[in-house]
Order: sequence, then structure tokens, then C-alpha cells
Amino acid sequence: MILRSGVALAILMGILAVLCGAQEPPYFVTYSHSLEEPGNLEIASKGAAGSPQYANSFISQTLELEYGATAWWTTEVYLAGQHTSNDSTIFTGYRWENRFRPLLREHFINPVLYVEYEHLTRADKGLLEVTGHDSIADFQLTNAQARSALEQSLELKLILSSNTHGWNISENFIAEKDLHEPEPWEFGYAIGVSRPLALAARAQSCVFCRENFSGGLELYGGLGTTDGFGLKATSHYLGPIIGFNVPKGPTITFSPNIGLNDNSISVLYRFTVSYEVQQVFGFLHRGGR
Amino acid sequence: MMALRLLPLSLSLWALAASAADYSAWKHHVPDADRKRTSPYAGQSDAIAAGSRLFSDHCAKCHGGDALGSRRRPSLRAAEVQRATDGEIFWLLRNGDLRHGMPSWSPMPEPSRWQIIAYIKSLGEVPAETPQPGSIN
Repeated sequence: MILRSGVALAILMGILAVLCGAQEPPYFVTYSHSLEEPGNLEIASKGAAGSPQYANSFISQTLELEYGATAWWTTEVYLAGQHTSNDSTIFTGYRWENRFRPLLREHFINPVLYVEYEHLTRADKGLLEVTGHDSIADFQLTNAQARSALEQSLELKLILSSNTHGWNISENFIAEKDLHEPEPWEFGYAIGVSRPLALAARAQSCVFCRENFSGGLELYGGLGTTDGFGLKATSHYLGPIIGFNVPKGPTITFSPNIGLNDNSISVLYRFTVSYEVQQVFGFLHRGGR
Repeated sequence: MMALRLLPLSLSLWALAASAADYSAWKHHVPDADRKRTSPYAGQSDAIAAGSRLFSDHCAKCHGGDALGSRRRPSLRAAEVQRATDGEIFWLLRNGDLRHGMPSWSPMPEPSRWQIIAYIKSLGEVPAETPQPGSIN
């Protein structure tokens, strides 16, 4: 029964990924200060696949619904699931996040405040962030073992981001706390740099021209806990990113992430397909037109 | 008694004045250095064509394909926009007017933003038939 519902979920997420396109910044873990435009709904399917040492290979799918509530507030819901080979396909939980821009003007460094509630089992393999002492050992549990441990946690991020000369440079500082277990705060970081391959648009419409591609680099990992802050027994990943924005269609993003130490998965493949539904509640906004 | 009768009229005039002031309020915040910036693409046909495509992708959903706006979204062909300097519009695109729903377009590369401005300016002014309730905002 569980397997059937898990497979159904995976199929649904896959179908959504195919049907929906997207316009997205190229990062997988790092956030910039770019928020969703007011009234727009972005639907994204985020995937991660890896073969951890001494554990079964897996593929995770996270369905993301991101809505621009105002020009300074974006809210998102995530539904997460994963399939582990020689094991099962399961739904692992949900997240609800909110991002706020406290400063209403553009500055050289632009802060964004991020608040997220997570209701996930330990079987979640979405890797939307790495915190504390997250490591390869977490992947060695079977789905049956891991899904019995539910984590309800609060995650806070300070997002700092700059746009200059076509480049985006973003730094995220992450703090996460389990709300029900007496566990310490866990910390993490994510840093991203990206740039479109062309800064000016061409006069003629085109699909495979440079302006529709962006490239970048992302580095992220854990920083320990309040009981042991630092890099000891943490995992870290570094990867190049390539994003392709299909004109009036989806945005497709891909990145091979390289694990930087023995606690990390050696190679993690990330892919996202996203599509922006413009002015989803437009009938409320368009007025007389 | 007379004061009570004049109250609705006073309120209407105040609302009209407040609305008119709000509509172009963003311009007062533009620093002089930004106001004086000039577009590297002004009047160039290729830039206008590219700006047209960018406008269609990013701006038309709110301001309309004809840039005339809607009840809640301002016309970009109103005098307040068409008579603004390129530098003033560039400042607005960079900063947005988050309080009134206009997002910041700073993630868009600067040359692309100048191309959008070249296109908007090429459209020309269309006088508003009714007072614009939004701001450009």
C-alpha cells in the first residue's frame, strides 16, 4: 500500500515536471534576494540522485509551489518524496517557507530573512540544505527505519545577495532547530555565484542563444552545532551549474555536485524543471481590463 | 452644518491629490546622479526590438501587451513615465517599488534593462482617460 502510494506520488511529480516549465535562478541550495513576482506562481520539480558509499542509490523528488504574495514577501510549500533502490518509494513530508525583504531598496548587499517550518521524516533525501553533522551515514538507514523518525524543525536563514555587472553573488547562513527533541541548533552555509552567458537580448527571438543560458558555481555544507561548531564531521559539496531558460517555457537546471570529503556523497546529480504561471490570480488584479 | 456638507468634497479632493502625488512619488527618491544617466541604446532599432521581446516576457503580464496598464497597474504610456528620464526609469527598474507591488528587476542584466527602457520610450505617450489609482509603482 505504501509502495503503491509512493509510486503514484513519484509518477505525479514526474508528470508535473514534464507539463510545467519554469523561469528560475540557477541555484539549487543557495537563495538570492530575488523573490517571486507578486501574483506569480512558480511550480518546480527538484530532483537529486546519488549513490552513497555503503548505501543504496536513491533519487528524490521535491515538488515546489512558490507564490509571490507581495513584492517583498514570497511563500512556498514543498512536498517531498524519494525512491531508494532495493528498498521503497515513499513520501517524506512537507516544508513551508517564507522569505522577506526587510529593506525596500536595492543595496550593494541585500538581506533577505527566511523562516521555514519542516515536517519531514529522516528518510528525506531532498538535500535542499546541509546543516549540522549531516553526513553519508544518514543514507545508510533503510526507509523503514528512517521514516519512523519524524522531525519537526524550524529553519532560519540570513540571505545576503548582490547583483553587479551581470553577476549574482549570494551567501546564506543557516540555523536549524528540532522543535520537539532536545537537540542543539545546527548550522550550515551555502554560497553561489552565477551569471547569464549574455547580458543583452538579441533583437530576434531565439532558443539556443547565449542570453537563455546561465552558468554558475555553488558551494554548501554543514557547520556543526551549538555543541560543536566548525567543520569537524560535516559534509560539503561543490558543483558547477548550468541553467537553460526556454523562451516562454520552462527553465531547466542541472548540476553535478562533488562531495568534498569522506562524509559527503562522492557525486550528487541535481536537476530542476520549473515553470512560472504568471498572475495566477490575475482575475483579482486585472480589474476592468 | 456647512462644514459637514463640504466634508465629502474635501475628502474627495484630498484623495485625488494624494493619489496624484502617490503616482509619481517614486521620482522624488531618484538621486541626481541616477536621474542624469543616459541609455546607451536610446532610439536604436535593434535595442527596441530586443526590448519589445523582454517587455513581452517580463512586463506585459502586469502592464498589458500595449503597456496601457489596468485598473491596478499603471500605464507605462502615461506622461509620468514617458516624460521621465531614462535614468529615472532605470532607477525604478533597479529598485522597484516594493511597497506598491513593483518588484526589483536588479537580477536582470543592465543592458537588458536599458533595452526595455528603449522600447517603452518608443511607444509614445497616451494620455490617461481617468486618474490612475495605482502608482508606478
